[in-house]
Amino acid sequence: MSEPVTALMGAEDKVGIATITEGGPLGMITLRGDLSDKALKKAAVAAGGVTMPEQGHCNNEGEKGIAWMSPDELLIMCPYVEVHDRLADLQAKLAKGHALAVNVSDARATFLVTGPRAREVMGKLSPVDLHPDRFQPGMFRRTRLAQIPAAFWMPEEETFQIVCFRSVARYAFDVLKVAAQPGSEVGYFTS
Amino acid sequence: MLIIHCPNCGVTAEETEFHAHGEAHLKRFGPGSADDEFESYLFMRRNPKGVHFERWRHQYGCGKWFHVARDTVTLEVFGSYSAQTTEPPEEILQAIRDRRPEWELT
Ligand SMILES: [Zn+2]
Repeated sequence: MSEPVTALMGAEDKVGIATITEGGPLGMITLRGDLSDKALKKAAVAAGGVTMPEQGHCNNEGEKGIAWMSPDELLIMCPYVEVHDRLADLQAKLAKGHALAVNVSDARATFLVTGPRAREVMGKLSPVDLHPDRFQPGMFRRTRLAQIPAAFWMPEEETFQIVCFRSVARYAFDVLKVAAQPGSEVGYFTS
Repeated sequence: MLIIHCPNCGVTAEETEFHAHGEAHLKRFGPGSADDEFESYLFMRRNPKGVHFERWRHQYGCGKWFHVARDTVTLEVFGSYSAQTTEPPEEILQAIRDRRPEWELT
């Protein structure tokens, strides 16, 4: 098997007001179906290795996780090397019902924005209220990052993890870098 | 700038996360209909000055469709409601009447 390669070969930017790092490769499975269906929930939880998230939330433990994408869609995350087995198991469990599960690992890019100014950097690019009282670890948001669709959540305070299409990985990294450029502190969330 | 609420995923955000897709509650005239009916279905829109019902999509978010009632003059948003309906629900009509007592659904 060939070595998995991320879109930007693990690019990193440490000179700005927050650290931008390309993550991955990460195993990602898009699952669409009836999220109230017991069999589907059970299969999703088995594939994601964490409990089922509430609407608008994401449950994560290291590389394992499940994100609530829409009323009929989940994003299941796992170590890259496990994605084929987990997908096969998931599809076998869902064979009797009406559901769709696809490996999207190589169609996505992920980024980490870390540091005390991470909220400011994200706030410059997304129409999301990122006040610490409003957006907290565990919440999940699909939105835009400047001109591209992206989703993000906070695995912990001062860390944002972003998922976007691989085809716009360069744009995502560059726009994050600009939003985090040295001297661009806003001081809105940290007075 | 409009603040829009998506009834599908519960997110409230400014309009750039969404996309407007024109007048809502059109009656479709398809194959077999009269030419003038088909023409008006395709091209003729109310374009009202005031209360308006529109189809919106949560473009950058959950990707789902829904309806929005708003005022095209003041940009006030009266509310959002399910895409799975052919007419505005009573609570939306009430919200409009509370703010526009003169207004009537036509
Ligand atoms: Zn939505």
